[in-house]
Amino acid sequence: MSEYSVLRLIANTITGHANWRRAWRDPEPRKSYDVIIVGGGGHGLATAFYLAKNHRVGSIAVLEKGWLGGGNTGRNTTIVRSNYMLEGHAHFYEKSLQLWEQLSRELNYNVMFSQRGVLNLGHSDAQMDGFARRGNSMRLNGIDAELLDRDQVRRRIPYLDFSDSARFPIYGGILQPRGGTARHDAVAWGLARGADRLGVDIIQNCEVTGFKTQGNQITAIETTRGEIGCGKVGFAVAGNTTQLTSKLGLKMPIESHVLQAFVTEPVKPLIDSVVTFGASHFYISQSDKGGLVLGGDLDFYNSYAQRGNMPTIEHVMAAGQAMIPGLSRMRILRHWGGVMDMSMDGSPIIGTSPIDNLYLNCGWCYGGFKATPGSGWVFAHTIANGEPHPINAKLTLDRFERGKLIDEGGKGPFPGHH
Amino acid sequence: MIIIDCPYCGPRDHAEFTYVGDAARTRPAEDASQATWFDYVYLRDNPRGPHLEYWQHSSGCRAMVKVLRDTSSHRVLACGLPADQLEAEQLEAGHLEAGQ
Amino acid sequence: MSAQDRRLPQGGEVDRSTPMRFRFDDRDYQGLAGDTLASALLANDVRLVGRSFKYHRPRGIFSAGPEEPNALVELRTGARIEPNTRATTIELYDGLEAASQHRWPSLRWDVGEVNNLVSDFLPAGFYYKTFMGWPGWMFWEHFIRKAAGMGRGTLDPDPDSYDKMNAHCDVLVIGGGPAGLSAALVAGRSGARVILVEETDGFGGRLRGERETIDDKPARHWVASTLAELDGMGDVTLLRRTTAFGRYDGNVVAALERRADHLAEPPEHISRQRLWTIRARRIVLAAGGIERHIAFADNDRPGVMLAGAARTYLNRFAVQVGKIATVFANNDDGYRTALDLAAGGVEINAIVDPREHGGTWRQKAETAGIDVFAGAVVSRAHGRLGLVGVDVRDASGKNRFLASDLLAVSGGWNPNVHLTCHLGAKPVWDNALATFLPGDTGPDMRVAGSARGLAGLGTCITDGYAQARAALDDLGYSKSALPDVPVTDEPQEEPVQALWQVPGKGMRFVDYQDDVKVSDIALANREGYQSVEHLKRYTTLGMGTDQGKTANVIGLAVLAEERGLPIDKVGTTTFRPPYTPVTFGAFVGRETGLHYQPLRRSAMHDWHVANGATFVNAGHWLRPQYYLRDGESDVKADIDRAITREVTETRGGGGIVDVSTLGKIDLQGPDTAELLNRLYINGWKTLAVGKARYGLMLREDGHVWDDGTTSRLGENHYFMTTTTANAGPVMSHIEYALQVLWPDLDVKAVSVTEHWAAMAIAGPKSREALAAVLDDVDVSNDALPFMGVVECTLAGIPARVFRISFSGELAYEINVAADCGEAAWEHVMRTGAPLGILPYGTEAMGIMRIEKGHVAGPELDGRTTPADLGLGRMVSSKKPFLGAPMLTREGLTDTDRPSLVGLVPVDGKSRPRAGAVLIADPKAVPPVDKLGHVTSSAYLSPNLDHPIALGLLEGGMAREGETVWAAFPLRDEMIEVRVTGPVFLDPDGERMHG
Repeated sequence: MSEYSVLRLIANTITGHANWRRAWRDPEPRKSYDVIIVGGGGHGLATAFYLAKNHRVGSIAVLEKGWLGGGNTGRNTTIVRSNYMLEGHAHFYEKSLQLWEQLSRELNYNVMFSQRGVLNLGHSDAQMDGFARRGNSMRLNGIDAELLDRDQVRRRIPYLDFSDSARFPIYGGILQPRGGTARHDAVAWGLARGADRLGVDIIQNCEVTGFKTQGNQITAIETTRGEIGCGKVGFAVAGNTTQLTSKLGLKMPIESHVLQAFVTEPVKPLIDSVVTFGASHFYISQSDKGGLVLGGDLDFYNSYAQRGNMPTIEHVMAAGQAMIPGLSRMRILRHWGGVMDMSMDGSPIIGTSPIDNLYLNCGWCYGGFKATPGSGWVFAHTIANGEPHPINAKLTLDRFERGKLIDEGGKGPFPGHH
Repeated sequence: MIIIDCPYCGPRDHAEFTYVGDAARTRPAEDASQATWFDYVYLRDNPRGPHLEYWQHSSGCRAMVKVLRDTSSHRVLACGLPADQLEAEQLEAGHLEAGQ
Repeated sequence: MSAQDRRLPQGGEVDRSTPMRFRFDDRDYQGLAGDTLASALLANDVRLVGRSFKYHRPRGIFSAGPEEPNALVELRTGARIEPNTRATTIELYDGLEAASQHRWPSLRWDVGEVNNLVSDFLPAGFYYKTFMGWPGWMFWEHFIRKAAGMGRGTLDPDPDSYDKMNAHCDVLVIGGGPAGLSAALVAGRSGARVILVEETDGFGGRLRGERETIDDKPARHWVASTLAELDGMGDVTLLRRTTAFGRYDGNVVAALERRADHLAEPPEHISRQRLWTIRARRIVLAAGGIERHIAFADNDRPGVMLAGAARTYLNRFAVQVGKIATVFANNDDGYRTALDLAAGGVEINAIVDPREHGGTWRQKAETAGIDVFAGAVVSRAHGRLGLVGVDVRDASGKNRFLASDLLAVSGGWNPNVHLTCHLGAKPVWDNALATFLPGDTGPDMRVAGSARGLAGLGTCITDGYAQARAALDDLGYSKSALPDVPVTDEPQEEPVQALWQVPGKGMRFVDYQDDVKVSDIALANREGYQSVEHLKRYTTLGMGTDQGKTANVIGLAVLAEERGLPIDKVGTTTFRPPYTPVTFGAFVGRETGLHYQPLRRSAMHDWHVANGATFVNAGHWLRPQYYLRDGESDVKADIDRAITREVTETRGGGGIVDVSTLGKIDLQGPDTAELLNRLYINGWKTLAVGKARYGLMLREDGHVWDDGTTSRLGENHYFMTTTTANAGPVMSHIEYALQVLWPDLDVKAVSVTEHWAAMAIAGPKSREALAAVLDDVDVSNDALPFMGVVECTLAGIPARVFRISFSGELAYEINVAADCGEAAWEHVMRTGAPLGILPYGTEAMGIMRIEKGHVAGPELDGRTTPADLGLGRMVSSKKPFLGAPMLTREGLTDTDRPSLVGLVPVDGKSRPRAGAVLIADPKAVPPVDKLGHVTSSAYLSPNLDHPIALGLLEGGMAREGETVWAAFPLRDEMIEVRVTGPVFLDPDGERMHG
């Protein structure tokens, strides 16, 4: 019988819940590991999980400087989708979505993946044409997408601003029915437990302070919990990527920016899907607990502080109310910021690096959460085999130098604009 | 609110400015190597700590203001015009070596 | 209407001459002016007011302030409904309507209470372990969502309005209690600009709920005289009903002023709330403290209340919240409660104090005849819907039952450190005070009074003086004499003895709102969720609308006990903004509806409106999309007819279009040609005065960014146009180039987009029309050749005329000062009317540019190169330009990159839509190889009489003559199209050169 199930819950209730096992161990770091993943967020944990599950690579450790899941995994707006147009990453995101669809069962941990649909609103013919291209590309890739006209949007979500005083009237939208949300913390915890059960050492409060190298190899990682020898090394540290690569003399096509997120007081169900505004950056959904979860633009300056500032907050709220005027009396309960690894074309980097045994997983901009299982799956493959899987083969670091960019927004090398 | 001291207008909210980006980069000579150009266009130091950057006073005098700002505390350490050598400007330069 | 049985005949701040009616859960009550909803309910002996989130436990009013976890109600009705509103902070107004929430069918009989019966099966995080099998999470989620949530919100439009204020000050004082008032007084006397914000409707803070004296007079006299002095100072702003909810970078504090929430609805022309953004040179935080409770069995029964709150209800609201009270306190402040309650006529059956030894306060209580159970604890509360008694366990472990209807609990006080955390400082544990004190707030914020753990009225007042003085010293204000130290009557206090939980069976609540119990924390610890953040997220401790103001420290302490570690080794607790929840509306202010973003209209807008234009958003601009005539309406057939008419008549005779939205930049200086040479891919050194040239700009990464014409008006004077979308970015880019990249270039650039109104006259009759329109200007082909520019006048209005063409027709663009735009346009229409000049909109313009294969937004998508767009020949090899170095990368020069082609339907009538994807095999199954896409399409080229389209196609013009398929699976459309050249009409340009 699975470790977690209704029957187990009943059985444990009888014994006063005294016999639940730890979800993950708290091991002392060993002298060395065959593979070390730096970063105990969703991506790092997923990588360790799939490495242990799908590949034979020997001993695996995840090093986390704080508490696992404490970075962007626990700071995002939990949206999951695979509505991408460009070949370089469309199949990757779809793979990720397919992994989401089985993740709770795979982990025996309910990550509350809720396929309630993700709807992007369009506010001009040009935007609708852009949606059409994206949706058609998705469909030709075997990914679900539906183009909705204004009336179809209205029937689904009547409380959007369909009035004459809408500054940017709604022309229609593009819907990915299989998109949705998940419980972000549960993803980290479920992956951690899954990896732990497969023998991965998850070492928290273990900050990387330096590297020992020999030739073009990292031989050991210096940490606040001592030096740890390593075979292969993978970085999955999002906004802190250049903090690590700079210790190795690598310059990266990445800037760290802060993105804010917000949650309102919980209320009874009001909003049943994920909706995004097309005239500005704004997205909203309602958590199972009842809080409206929302976000918008970056603060638009390099930042490692996990907080934003008032102008962006006001800007995000104004966009939200332009989309749903009735939000006016809802109350913001908490807001916070996460540090995003904004890449130069808005797409991630998952692959090899100029250092022989170092692998990079970064550049997620603010879309990393949805990629969590897929990122771990392909990164595990890449580390285990020393080369990318076909679906992340174009997400290489050298694509910038070669001009093989994957610029879904067409914004160019301005990381804050993606 | 980050307060930026515009050399022409005085201290102003960052909401009046548009963030332009990394000011530690120097545009290479036109005949520089492809690698040098690539470095300029795509690679960033992205320091945690003092960061030299341009902010345009877009809702003010339109000046490009050179700002040394700590990216972890958002404290502004110095402001000037592009040609100015800011006090403490070297703080950023040292970040690679210092592991910061 | 029930009587206010629990109201005392005298005392308090309430106004007995102003009764107020209110309704709670369909019953009518009466309260008094000065009440909160909570005090009015208590005055009417309403004890059950809410249900908890998870187990639907019956709950009563627990506090007297914003920390309230239980008494959440749906306030008001209809479009003004406010769920989750704390009864303890709502000022009573006549006619107030509130309802309990999160219960069905009624507060007393709530079906959800079944969760309480099976609560053993629902420990922290049970949902992570279940709901994974058949029929799937989505099935269960439907019910769980309904069961969760709390109050019912609305998405109906809000009838109220909101405002924003910006303010600067030298010293911002947060909190109008004793420390805050005294800090403001010192700051005000020094002449500094001061803002004092107070969350409630009046000043005094805790003094409003106390019987203390200052200088031998009731403390309210001191409050009144201090306030009077502050009121008289010119540079002191006093803000009541204003909550400082967040501290941001740059020493900015955001505050919410509730201007009308104490009224039934806002008076006409008064906004409901106002968001203050306060830029302070120094902040003095005097936010006071929040009392905490103790976790013992069934400690959530209605009638269990924070001791300080019970005191407040008595002293400020003249309400006896119980008849027979037990006080359970591990500190001397509980004795003050007991003595005050006793003085207010409440029978105190015992003070239960876990401390063996007492001091002055205990003596005072005993002198007053109150029993003190030293070394004892309350181990259980009884009474499901209202407290009937408590079990008291003495030092030997023996239990006895005390019948009481009020249990006043004090587990000590937590400094209100919320705002000290917002910029990242972590609170620091203090073992002696058994509490967290503010962490390092930096020099810009000082914390005063009980907000930094100080006790005693006199101490807090003098600390207010001192903190303000220190802030003033920082700012260079000269020293002035501090006010006298007030005389207060404060018996010596004995230290608090930390007590977080009382061991025992049963549900011992740490966080009331989210039903987090001691056992949940223990479970989380056993399962490894040991980091404080894991604990909070796993158990939902502190995740309620109160942000765990009463719960977080207890939760942390219980975790420390479970782990057997000192508290400071387990972690710290922190708070995120806002301090209390803030409405969306306040953040948005007036930027709603049409005012969400600026609206830009051209100078000719009114004419377009008067002449049947339908408008389309182009960025912030409104542009005429097409013009309907009398008898036509906004239906597809009429729209198509109008667009076809505009194209046909322009190509056949003449048309005029408003192009004012294009970006316009005036460039002057001897190095302008050099600047243009560096910005554009093509050469500019040979452009003669009086001539225009088309230019293409790249980004530094080699991709096409913008296009437009630039004209040379004088030796050192150029005039650039950009696309509408890039007007701002190109201007900034030029400023960056001139100020940062090439400061040696002597060029001045000014945006003149708004300065010029612009219109284009196109069509075979445009020359004739132009001649009639302009004042004596030779517009012959020789005098004004293609790409020629002339400065002249039009009905006396100075104008510039550019012979450039987007439509492919003989065409002229006329610019006049924006003020004269409408007059010039009308002049053109009047003069051109006999020639049949008609206005056309963006749709007709779009069709004509597609017919000519001119690229626009859909082709300039940020991913294309000049060669992709068929403009590779423009790339100069003779000079460096922006973007050139990166343009040679292999990815940008691949021959298989999609490039611009024309597309026509093989059947001559199907329309390949923009956004269709080009594929080779219509029968292929996903994943299908993609060859490119349709960028722009015209439903019909009136001149060719069939649909046409532009596309980016792998292989490009090498495929000319081949057919591919335009796949639009979103509409189940699959159209075979033939690849042609992108120029469908007049490929040699005879029309525009003619």
